[in-house]
Amino acid sequence: MKTTYRSAVHDAIADAMRADDRVLLLGEDVGRYGGTYAASKGLLEEFGPQRILDTPLSELGFVGIGIGAALNGLRPIVEVMTVNFSLLALDQIVNTAAALRHMSGGQFSVPLVVRMATGAGRQLAAQHSHSLENWYAHIPGITVLAPATVADAYGMLRTALTSPDPVIVFEHVGLYNTAADLDSLIPTEIGRAALRRNGSDATIITYGGCLPKAMDAAERLAQDGIDCDVIDLRVLRPLDDATIMESVRKTHRVVVVDETWHTGSLAGEISARIVEQAFYELDAPIGRVCTVEVPIPYAKHLEEAALPQPEKIVSAVRALFGDTGRAGAGDG
Amino acid sequence: MIEFTMPTLGADMDEGQLNEWLIKPGDSVTRGQIVAVVETTKAAVEIECWHDGVVEDLLVGPGETVAVGTPLATLLEPGEKSGMKGPGRPAGKTPQEPNRGRTELTATPSSVPPSPIGHRLWVSPVARRTAATLGVDLGALTGTGPQGAITLHDVEHAAATAHHEKPTAATTSAPAATPAPASAPAPAAEPKSAAEIAKARGAAMRASIAAAMSRSKREIPHYYLSDEVILDSAQAWLTEQNAGRPITERMLMAVLQLKAVALAAARFGEFNGFWEEGFRPGNGVHVGVAISLRGGGLVAPAIHDVSEKPLPELMADLTDLVARARAGSLRSSEMSDPTITVTNLGEKGVDAVFGVIYPPQVAIVGFGKPAQRVVVVDGGIRVATTVQSSLAADHRASDGARGALFLAEINRQLQQPAEL
Repeated sequence: MKTTYRSAVHDAIADAMRADDRVLLLGEDVGRYGGTYAASKGLLEEFGPQRILDTPLSELGFVGIGIGAALNGLRPIVEVMTVNFSLLALDQIVNTAAALRHMSGGQFSVPLVVRMATGAGRQLAAQHSHSLENWYAHIPGITVLAPATVADAYGMLRTALTSPDPVIVFEHVGLYNTAADLDSLIPTEIGRAALRRNGSDATIITYGGCLPKAMDAAERLAQDGIDCDVIDLRVLRPLDDATIMESVRKTHRVVVVDETWHTGSLAGEISARIVEQAFYELDAPIGRVCTVEVPIPYAKHLEEAALPQPEKIVSAVRALFGDTGRAGAGDG
Repeated sequence: MIEFTMPTLGADMDEGQLNEWLIKPGDSVTRGQIVAVVETTKAAVEIECWHDGVVEDLLVGPGETVAVGTPLATLLEPGEKSGMKGPGRPAGKTPQEPNRGRTELTATPSSVPPSPIGHRLWVSPVARRTAATLGVDLGALTGTGPQGAITLHDVEHAAATAHHEKPTAATTSAPAATPAPASAPAPAAEPKSAAEIAKARGAAMRASIAAAMSRSKREIPHYYLSDEVILDSAQAWLTEQNAGRPITERMLMAVLQLKAVALAAARFGEFNGFWEEGFRPGNGVHVGVAISLRGGGLVAPAIHDVSEKPLPELMADLTDLVARARAGSLRSSEMSDPTITVTNLGEKGVDAVFGVIYPPQVAIVGFGKPAQRVVVVDGGIRVATTVQSSLAADHRASDGARGALFLAEINRQLQQPAEL
């Protein structure tokens, strides 16, 4: 059965709502419009306005409503149109949702799922294209997920709804139209990274929208005899150190691919952990392929130039072998 | 001011121990004068100085072990005044390594030549850890990783191809404090008996032969050719010549063979020289003679300019060289200069020998036992004295067709002994 990432998200919401009448969806344009990325098309008709709530353009307000609903026993899914707009709800997520269990001595839990689109590549310019998931991965008290496959788009969202604590789910805008042939969609675990490709020469660590690019790069490298592990992090907080270190101990070479900017990136955090936990396994400096340090440009060629691309990943992996024939990892 | 540095006495030498100075400050030295004795893994070698001058200062004391290229002494050029030297030791110079581009680890803290690469040796963490586990000498490796760093692959490759070179790696990897059995006595060590020194030298020689021969088989694509040389005319000529000579001046077939090889090598230059990222022809034909030592092991010091010397002089040179090799008193130029090697195992009774090239040389010629054999000459069967000559040559420097011509030329030379 051919399934798209978009319909997997849709089905996960629908199945969860059918299975548990405490589940509701709220956000901008999720009802009559069917969702900015059409992930909730038809749900208003099936579940009605009590459980599919169109909200005003007020992230601070409707994320707060979600927190209140969760505190009072419901299982709300809040859709925020993009991570850029979620900054207006940072106070709710960081100061309230993430902190309440700890500040109440365990008396209150906030079983809230916040979904948001992230990333660039669709010419939506700087205010709709940034990748700020690392900001959330910095915060204790929340789980941060980045499903990169169709199976995970369904499975991780279903499992997220069983968590007693807040979960932020990042859906990369470049993934909604990706498709896969799957027999069935089932809940998947949300604790571990996944090895998407098995190699022996280098490890490419990535997540979300960069996974297809990393897989593409790995195939190109394989044709030249460089066989790569590709790790899909899946869970950005807490990071699955064990899977990362196991691969590093095997390949001794690492490139981290991350659509955030280099400075303060998740790639930087992962590099630091590898150096802390597996320094004596490294055979080359850790490479990073991140986004050029500019607000994401609107113009297509500039946007493409700013983002991680398969060619840049290939060059960064080659550099681990002392090959400086092409552009180095640099700020690419 | 001239710096007199620790010379390299063969491709496998990384460091040497100064045994003895034969000069002192204020002495005049002339070009070619023997000025010091250096203990290598192979022998105590008399070191020649190649400058005229006056000894200003001796920088390294007897018993000290220093890396190749380390200044041992400073000399004032003729007419130069003393007092122009800077404070302390002139340690600011890059060690000179005419025969190699390798990076050295310095041997003693007291004389540290700065690394030619200008920074600390770059070694990846896993490579450094693995090298420590496997006992691989990082200083002897050339990095292939990012920015020229030594990688795990480099270490594993070295360990895999050199597992029986380990004793050498141990002696060259660490400063003088290393308790490696192969290293020469440290300065502060209690005096050792001659037997102990001989034993240590034997172990060190085994290790250095292992290193050189492993490198040869690892790096040099050998090809092998052989030829049967009829020695009747050479033998007849020798008998005639020797009849008129006192026993001490009689010549051996080995000398004719040396001369024949040298003349052929002078004509076929691609067999006379060195492979160092490319072929470098030898400056003159200096034939290394493989000499087995009584205590085991072998050396292959050079007789210089063999193609230019008359046979009686060569015979005297050979006798002298064998005696000094077995006494352990060879000269630095003899150790470092061979441009081609000849190995002769005839007296051990073997028919033929296929040699292993001594790097960075590109050829070794072998001779087996001269004996009466049945041969076909001009369509008739005859009994003649013949010897199997062989050539092991570096295919990077030459091809089989030229090798065949080279061997044939040796054969031709041996048919005309009076011309040798």
